[in-house]
Amino acid sequence: MKYIIIGNGVSSVGAIEAIRKNDKTGSITVFTDEKFPCYGRPLISYYLEGKTSTDKMSYRGGNFYKDNNVTLKLGAAITKIDPTSKTVTAGGKEYAYGKLLVATGSSPFVPPTPGYDRVKNKFTFIRLSDALAIEKHVGADKRALIIGAGLTGLKCAEGLYGRVGKITVVDMADRVLPAVTDSDASGIVRAHLESKGMEFFLSDSVAEYEENAAVLKSGRRIEFDILITSVGVRPNVSLVADAGGAVEIPTETGRPIRGIVVDETQLTTLPDVYAAGDCTLSYDVTVGCARMLALQPNAYLQGETAGNAMSGGVTFRRDYLPVNAGGFLGLHMITAGSYVGDAITANADGAFRRFFVKDDRLTGFILIGGYDRAGILTDMIRKRTPVSNVDFEEMIKQPALGALGMDYVRAVLGK
Amino acid sequence: MIDYIQPDYEVVRNKDLCIKCKVCVRQCANEVHVYDEKRDVLFADNSKCVNCHRCVTLCPAKALKIVKTDHCFKPSANYTKEIIYDIYRQADTGGVLLSSMGTPKDYPVYWDKILINASQVTNPSIDPLREPMEIKTFLGRKPEKIEYAADGSIKTEKYPNLELKTPIMFSAMSYGSISKNAHMCLARAAEELGTFYNTGEGGLHEDLYKYSPNTIVQVASGRFGVHADYLEAGQAIEIKIGQGAKPGIGGHLPGQKIGPDVSRTRMIPMGADAISPAPHHDIYSIEDLRQLVFSLKEATDYKKPIIVKIAAVHNIAAIASGIARSGADVIAIDGMRGGTGAAPSRIRDNVGIPIELALASVDSRLREEGIRNNVGIVVGGSIRSSADVVKAIALGADAVYIATPALLALGCHLCRSCHSGKCNWGIATQSPELVRRLNPDIGYKRLVNLVTAWSHEIMEMMGGMGINSIEALRGNRLMLRGIGLSQKELDILGIGHAGE
Amino acid sequence: MKRVYVNEEWCLGCRLCEYWCVFSASGEKHFPFAFDGGAKPPAGIRVESAGGINFAVNCRHCDDPLCMKSCISGALSRDDHGAIRIDKAKCVGCHTCIAMCPYGCIVSGGESMPIKKCQLCASRDYTPQCVSHCPAGAIVFEEE
Repeated sequence: MKYIIIGNGVSSVGAIEAIRKNDKTGSITVFTDEKFPCYGRPLISYYLEGKTSTDKMSYRGGNFYKDNNVTLKLGAAITKIDPTSKTVTAGGKEYAYGKLLVATGSSPFVPPTPGYDRVKNKFTFIRLSDALAIEKHVGADKRALIIGAGLTGLKCAEGLYGRVGKITVVDMADRVLPAVTDSDASGIVRAHLESKGMEFFLSDSVAEYEENAAVLKSGRRIEFDILITSVGVRPNVSLVADAGGAVEIPTETGRPIRGIVVDETQLTTLPDVYAAGDCTLSYDVTVGCARMLALQPNAYLQGETAGNAMSGGVTFRRDYLPVNAGGFLGLHMITAGSYVGDAITANADGAFRRFFVKDDRLTGFILIGGYDRAGILTDMIRKRTPVSNVDFEEMIKQPALGALGMDYVRAVLGK
Repeated sequence: MIDYIQPDYEVVRNKDLCIKCKVCVRQCANEVHVYDEKRDVLFADNSKCVNCHRCVTLCPAKALKIVKTDHCFKPSANYTKEIIYDIYRQADTGGVLLSSMGTPKDYPVYWDKILINASQVTNPSIDPLREPMEIKTFLGRKPEKIEYAADGSIKTEKYPNLELKTPIMFSAMSYGSISKNAHMCLARAAEELGTFYNTGEGGLHEDLYKYSPNTIVQVASGRFGVHADYLEAGQAIEIKIGQGAKPGIGGHLPGQKIGPDVSRTRMIPMGADAISPAPHHDIYSIEDLRQLVFSLKEATDYKKPIIVKIAAVHNIAAIASGIARSGADVIAIDGMRGGTGAAPSRIRDNVGIPIELALASVDSRLREEGIRNNVGIVVGGSIRSSADVVKAIALGADAVYIATPALLALGCHLCRSCHSGKCNWGIATQSPELVRRLNPDIGYKRLVNLVTAWSHEIMEMMGGMGINSIEALRGNRLMLRGIGLSQKELDILGIGHAGE
Repeated sequence: MKRVYVNEEWCLGCRLCEYWCVFSASGEKHFPFAFDGGAKPPAGIRVESAGGINFAVNCRHCDDPLCMKSCISGALSRDDHGAIRIDKAKCVGCHTCIAMCPYGCIVSGGESMPIKKCQLCASRDYTPQCVSHCPAGAIVFEEE
């Protein structure tokens, strides 16, 4: 079997590891437009922060591709998929595949704004090359303006903290981390970052850029030396779309959701073409519909599922949901799921702990500070465990297996 | 009210080593150790400490020790601190003083005043690792002689005997006085060792019937848990007349120890005190005893040896002689230093005689009367080592019963607080939390190890004497010499003095 | 593979396993030294008590290890003994693994060690100290 994988993110690694479990001999070729072997993309903020370095960032050991007998083609962008002849094109040359995995990821979205072209030091923040480029411009006298107060924007802010003199964040939303917090949690994060000297302008956006300044819709003018746009990502679907595959699903609002459409084995609507990771749509169990879940854990699992399906292995049943973990300058948090239903707050010892329950199911939680054993809660969401079957009062105080009942404990811990 | 009693022991915590893991707090059922969150301090209430060493043993940092207090009264050889405190306690409560396990009083231990012989030059010694050495023991009545039929087959009537791979059995300890897990340990060890354990008077828990081939069932004055299946479950039936630690006294298992399982096993209501009368009310004479012996034989089709267990008391030889004529197959004699789950202190510490003297006089008397083969003799009540076993057999015993060493093997630290029911080692307790501390998987192996080690040592000592069969050691008092004993003691023991 | 199993019937809730686990992970030679820097459980094993039943929980070294598959830095991997191990140098302390472990068996390890989890005492010849020092024989290290 000839396997071709487009992209070398963690989906790609997940697929390679799965394929090699089932098929030791088939040829695997990975094409990527990047110059680095696989690294975890979220690490780039930790790189800026100095918590890791390029030599430690390799997602798998240095011999990973060699050990798995994978041909890695760096800097080789695929330009076309032909599902009829089962070939892909890179650099004008055609390569035949038996099974194809599209793991093209996502690209940062930069809103069209007047004057953006004039800005000299402007960056997005998704690839290692972005972090390396930004690093060249940092300094104690430099001012950074970050557009976007989502996870990526704030992680970028954390990465730059201490490496630039001033950090300002602008977002259209009325709060920071709009996707993973509610207003209370958001306020805590914002207050924490403000106490560190960061400045936030929310419910606002850039009307126009000058070379070293942004004029906001509110009229405020912010000078900067480095501009980073981090307002979100768009799935890289064009290869599949051009080949005739489905890359969006309709919604009630009339505005379709974009992303490569896949089944539970990550198969696209094209035969023998699979897709995994940020470029796809995932079924989110916490909202009951497909959406883009551009999160690294999901990317690996989807790549693994695709790899197993491509090589005739067994695929695990996967239930996807948003899970985010990370800290902002000492304020650590774990969030998961969707914040619908009744909110239950169980703050303790200075920690913010909020849980969301709908129809007897835990749908989400936000834990800032105290998140010991949060994975038990994530698992409850994932498995749709009825809250009424659980000692929920204990569970929200301190997640514990015992709160799920001894039958469960025996089932998972016993031989 | 004034508390007259000061702690006997002090818990010493080495603060340099203590890591405040609080295992001591979690493991002390007596609540000696307390952690004060506000002060971040561990505190020990010495007045509650029974010196059981649970905390000391489990402390991972080895930060604890328990020392005898040096708080003292004006010295008096007569009114000792123990005497004074006993008086205070009785003045406080008006009650009978209770104690557990064997007497701590300084009575002579004759085992330690008897020396064993070894071969030199003549009658060479035997190496048990290279040559056969038989310690298998048959326990019960033996035929006087063997008669053969014309076809060469044995005509002599054979009596039911217990077959022991080693002459060591576990003494009677009732389910109730000790935990089910402790019983489980004894049963499983007996099975693996090819010997027997004894149910005691508390009946047999339903889960332990599977160990029937290694079980001796006891019938005591309270008749707790005695029914047809129970009798059938035993390979021998022991009628308990008396116990070395409390001769002449019955038993009293407090109602709080009678939980659902103990209640079902003993066939008595939950929470009701289990009182064993001092005498069997159907036995007021040897003739009455004979009736019970034969009732039990009749009930079990004459297939099982009947053991009669008595405490070692004055005139023991005459009593044993009567029992040997009652139809009993084995006499078990329990010496005054034997253990107990609870006994009145004054009885335990003052009534009875040491097992060594009782054994010697019983064996001598039965031989003199020519009825030694009517019965097997088992002795218990402070058999502490393989040397004690060898000496007991040379004094005339067929086998021994051990209990305190078995409990020690299971973790007992002889704190002698069994009667409190809060045994921190999970042995003498019915509290589920505490019982759990004794894991039979571990406990039974420790018992097997102990008895295996003793058996090896017995063979070594026998080999040294040039004896390769336990039969040849039994009653072989020439192998023993006394040391530091009066002529009277030597006469009773039937041995010469060292140097003779 | 051999895993650590706990028999709730014998678990006393004494929590000695937690302390031996901390000791094991500390690399110290003498037990008390593992704690003089203020180290405290939980580490790789944790005792839970529910309704009078005690049981210790530690990493299952799952056949489908969500922690490892979710790790953003590739710091978690499976070694030859089947143990899921931490590469301290690669771990950035994001705690995604904590968010993903269905059994709550990975804990934050403070500054020096971003996370702590059972590594089957790999540094002590794969002799789990929780097993060796369980006073009740409740914790065993056995094949499935």
